Amino acid sequence: MTAWIDWLTGRKDKSAGQAKERLKLVLVNDRTDLTQDALSRLKDELIQVISRYIEIDPSAVQITIAQDGRQQRLMADIPMLSTRKRKAGKLEK
Amino acid sequence: MAAKVVTIASGKGGVGKTTTTANLAVALAADGHKVVCIDADIGLRNLDVVLGLENRIVYDLVDVVEGRCRLRQAMIKDKRFPELHLIPAAQTRDKNSVSPGDMIRLCDELRPDHDWILIDSPAGIERGFRNAIAPADMLLVVTNPEVSAVRDADRIIGLIEAEEKGPARLIINRMNPTLVKRGDMLTSADVHELLAIELIGIVPEDESVIISSNRGQPVAMNGNKRAGAAFHNIARRLNGEEVPFLQLDSRDGLMGRISRLIRPGGS
Ligand SMILES: Nc1ncnc2c1ncn2[C@@H]1O[C@H](COP(=O)(O)OP(=O)(O)O)[C@@H](O)[C@H]1O
Ligand SMILES: [Mg+2]
Repeated sequence: MTAWIDWLTGRKDKSAGQAKERLKLVLVNDRTDLTQDALSRLKDELIQVISRYIEIDPSAVQITIAQDGRQQRLMADIPMLSTRKRKAGKLEK
Repeated sequence: MAAKVVTIASGKGGVGKTTTTANLAVALAADGHKVVCIDADIGLRNLDVVLGLENRIVYDLVDVVEGRCRLRQAMIKDKRFPELHLIPAAQTRDKNSVSPGDMIRLCDELRPDHDWILIDSPAGIERGFRNAIAPADMLLVVTNPEVSAVRDADRIIGLIEAEEKGPARLIINRMNPTLVKRGDMLTSADVHELLAIELIGIVPEDESVIISSNRGQPVAMNGNKRAGAAFHNIARRLNGEEVPFLQLDSRDGLMGRISRLIRPGGS
């Protein structure tokens, strides 16, 4: 909601906009003790585990930390490949 | 009468804890409340000079804790406000001369005869901070609209939550409307959104704060100054009144007005 207001008012390019974006990332790291590096490793391992059970497209997986007040939420968006698409690929209909 | 204990904390130094403590004490006393403020910044005593009471100190907080004087003897009466008292910090001792338990006992002794006990916390997250928050019923976290101050405020809020203290309320000090207008300062709405605790005050950058400190007369003694008015508003909000926030970071032009319409918190 506030992001497009920042855009509308042209604040994103100004130093205040940068301060806000940088703080968002810093606070997530501080609050969760999770660095960007750890997060990307978590993502890789998650993809490995899930791929053992279902077929997914690794490049479509999104792992983000969302802020909900002072609570952090780890969000995983993992699109599943549909059976039809899978079969289509394999049987080369 | 049972006093509420309010601790003023920040994480980062120099953001305005002592200024806030002194001015809230004056504003509450001016409204007829019985106030005692405690300088918990042992070794870096400052609340006495900001209040203009430095020449009247005989005993201090550590003297009380170590039994060299009675509590009443260490309470300096402010002649301008008969219901305002200060318990100064010791200047030549270190923070370990006082324990969180000492602070709780001291406040319990003060509670029956006062309305408000304000504790000026030292910067940092060490013993002095632990002492200051131990007896608190409420915490005021002071920050500036600036990256390092906001980050440290977030850390302090995290610690307060971990200790199950609180509630914690946010004071954004030194807002500079000119910088905000230019897009070079976080707005109060930005800071509020990032820290995500209830906002209780926005104080403008105001040179009269420094002038009043020079004189030992907190700016809240002068109701005409914008910072003074902001501190009076916080005092009234502490008492449960609904007071609208001062319009401090107005952005000129159509876009500014639209964004204010959509996001009225930006004031
Ligand atoms: N709203 C303000 N406008 C201008 N100067 C301020 C304001 N608030 C604080 N200051 C100044 O900032 C300095 C640090 O304030 P202080 O209250 O001592 O911070 P802290 O107790 O958090 O270390 C002081 O010189 C004070 O006069
Ligand atoms: Mg101080």
